[in-house]
Amino acid sequence: MAEQGRRLVMIAAIARRLAGLRHVAVGAASPIPAAASLLARALSDDSVTVSILGSAHHSSFTDGGRELFDCAAQGRLDAFFLSGAQIDATGAVNLLGLGDPMAPTRRFLGNFGAPYLASLVPNVILCRTDHGPETLVEKVDFVTAPGREGRRLVTDRCVFVVEEGRFRLETRHPGETLESLRAATGFNFEAKPDAGITEAPDNTMLSLLRGPVAQAMHEVYPAFAAELERG
Amino acid sequence: MSWPPSSPCPEVLSAPTPITLAAAIPDGASLALAPDYSGCSLVTIRELIRRRARGLRLIGLPQLGLQADLLIGAGCVATIETAAICLGEAGIAPAFERARRAGEVQIIESTCPAIHAGLTAAEKGISHLPLAGVIGSDLVDLRPDWRIADDPFATGQLLLVPAIRPDILLCHAALADNAGNLWIGVRRELMLAAHASRRTLATVEEVVDHDLLADDVWAAGTIPALYVDGIAEAPNGAAPVGLRGRYPSDRARLHAYAEAARTAEGFNRFLNAWLGDG
Repeated sequence: MAEQGRRLVMIAAIARRLAGLRHVAVGAASPIPAAASLLARALSDDSVTVSILGSAHHSSFTDGGRELFDCAAQGRLDAFFLSGAQIDATGAVNLLGLGDPMAPTRRFLGNFGAPYLASLVPNVILCRTDHGPETLVEKVDFVTAPGREGRRLVTDRCVFVVEEGRFRLETRHPGETLESLRAATGFNFEAKPDAGITEAPDNTMLSLLRGPVAQAMHEVYPAFAAELERG
Repeated sequence: MSWPPSSPCPEVLSAPTPITLAAAIPDGASLALAPDYSGCSLVTIRELIRRRARGLRLIGLPQLGLQADLLIGAGCVATIETAAICLGEAGIAPAFERARRAGEVQIIESTCPAIHAGLTAAEKGISHLPLAGVIGSDLVDLRPDWRIADDPFATGQLLLVPAIRPDILLCHAALADNAGNLWIGVRRELMLAAHASRRTLATVEEVVDHDLLADDVWAAGTIPALYVDGIAEAPNGAAPVGLRGRYPSDRARLHAYAEAARTAEGFNRFLNAWLGDG
């Protein structure tokens, strides 16, 4: 499946998980979660409030950097997105580095707000656009944030969900097989008995993505918005 | 530094410029700096590098970007306390990465809300603030100065984060008035940092004639002169990063920096060109 097709499947899969929520926030450098959140907002007739960090037009925050975190601790934030340079079989993420955390052989950008948000926001969705065995590992070198029951990981190949402490395959994207996923994943996993194919975006979603979602994305993610408009 | 500050602070405040602001930041000071999307006084960072500042202890609000990478590459920095350091979409901070590998800069790893909480404790004049979350992250093991305590009012445990009192906040904003009031608009992490820091030094796009505290529309986004020790007018003072509502970041320049600074030679070439600019 072409890269853009995979992105659209990811966006739709995430947006479906956000239906019915009240407030969804999107962190830095997260174009796919931003598009999915804006799509969920458009599908909900604007009943979902979306706060995109870095946006002047799509953010509800007026009290500085701390407000997102205060919102989370009070239960005013229903969903947030995290990634991880490593993500392990239990759903734990590592944003810090490889090897000894005091002197990592490779350091990533830093923990940002993940150690806090991962335990306080009820719906944390993990997102990776490059599903591979170096990223999806049996055990992370450093636990920026531990996993949690029910946590989902949406990649460019499939959707996993933590059940009984480990990821299980929930759906695989069109074109993937259990074998292709096992070959691309650094941890062993079982498929849920009802694991099927990830639902592709329907025509309503596709037209919203090309229209109002792309328009709203221009401010913070201009290149990504242009690709959405091309379809 | 204790309050009132006892270390020498040159009396620059009658007619500050980026040069005199930089001179008022002593070697070894703890210096709070905004991330690239907030208010960055690159024009003063350049003067800090020119005056060969040394041993600075940077605090990210709550993360660090280009300002920190330039200072680190120029040898001005001893430690950084931050939730992350990066150049936004341009990725890894290259001079920091080189210094880290060489053991030339010490990293005090944190997370965004712990820095906000530490500053809030300082703002309130108390020793620490309890914080939800974070327990369960390996980050707690990297911070011997943090404590875990039973919640005295509810079940469960809380993380106790010590106060963070920067010696100096350095920032850039759109407006100030002649009385020294500093308008930061919605960038209220700068308000928090100004309340928490012993001194605040700022550059602004322009100094206006009207009193920013006279109209609630302006006053709501204004750091009162009470907290502000020096303001210098410096149009385009955040460039090459942007300033909300004024100008966007110079993406081509930032990507050129990210590419050039991957080697020490490339960093030095970029730095020398930048130092020669203004």
